[in-house]
Amino acid sequence: MSLWFWVLGACALAYALKLVGYLVPDRVLDDPRVGRMAGTVTVGLLAALVVMNAFGSGQALVLDARLGALLVAGIALVLRAPFLVVVVLGAVAAAVLRLLGAP
Amino acid sequence: MSHAAPVDWRSSPAVRIGLSVSAATGLYGISFGALSVAAGLTFWQTVALSALMFTGGSQFAFIGVVSGGGAGASALGAATLLGVRNAVYGMSMNALVRPRGWRRLLAAHVTIDESNAAASSQTHPVEERRGFWTAGLGVFVLWNLFTVLGALLGNALGDPARWGLDGAAVAAFLGLLWPRLSAREPVAVAVVCGLVTALTIPVLPAGLPILVAAVVAAFLGRSRGTGSAGAASGAACRPGAKEAGA
Repeated sequence: MSLWFWVLGACALAYALKLVGYLVPDRVLDDPRVGRMAGTVTVGLLAALVVMNAFGSGQALVLDARLGALLVAGIALVLRAPFLVVVVLGAVAAAVLRLLGAP
Repeated sequence: MSHAAPVDWRSSPAVRIGLSVSAATGLYGISFGALSVAAGLTFWQTVALSALMFTGGSQFAFIGVVSGGGAGASALGAATLLGVRNAVYGMSMNALVRPRGWRRLLAAHVTIDESNAAASSQTHPVEERRGFWTAGLGVFVLWNLFTVLGALLGNALGDPARWGLDGAAVAAFLGLLWPRLSAREPVAVAVVCGLVTALTIPVLPAGLPILVAAVVAAFLGRSRGTGSAGAASGAACRPGAKEAGA
């Protein structure tokens, strides 16, 4: 199926989720469990995306220049660098490591 | 319903916060645009995600799964799960901002991390509303503008790996995760879900490990509330503990 189908479907679902908050009675989303699960799912998904993008290559786990990007980004975040700087440093780290011959 | 504004909008702290949040967040639309075309989406698909999905975490998740070779359905699943928190924001913004009629449909579209934060940082109802709309509409305009710029830039760069764009994606996800690791519990959730992902990548089709991690995360969030029998019965013993009203 065309990627367009999934792009537009995901957009529609994203809007529906936002709208749901405005339409459902307060007490449904007032359940503290709903708020907590939304929080843990967000953290869990982002952590999973970090691991997949840093070490995943199809169905294999590999160590390559992206590991350097992960470490440099982590150091930049500890030093409170703004988001855009962190992203640029990640790119620079991976590009430099490849220039030096890393896979 | 009508409250006198505490200050004129030009000297409103909420408007100032909203504008600075818009500038900071809008600017990194450039990294989304560049990474999206590097992940293999077309220019127009990239533009559509920023204009129609308009929730950064979900957009990055969508292109992150696609670039990892995952199926479109997995990309949709990951993006949708990351968007669940917007429903929670929507509920609190509905209570704070109280949009009516067509404004409610617009308010829903600009309900994101930043507009929620800008409104929640204020205490006066007028300022809450100003913070929400300034950050929501401001981020929308700039985020889309810089997405277009990033997508054009990304197309011009060619081979993404040569410029370290795969490293940029890793850094972007870590940067999105970082501000949420403020306590021991989210750190534990992140570590467990990261490990689950690493363990399932070799055995599951691309894209699915992300969804397995999400299910584990939901389970962890749920079990904190109902899991230990002590906590559940403890709550039942203290009917006054749950805040009444509101």
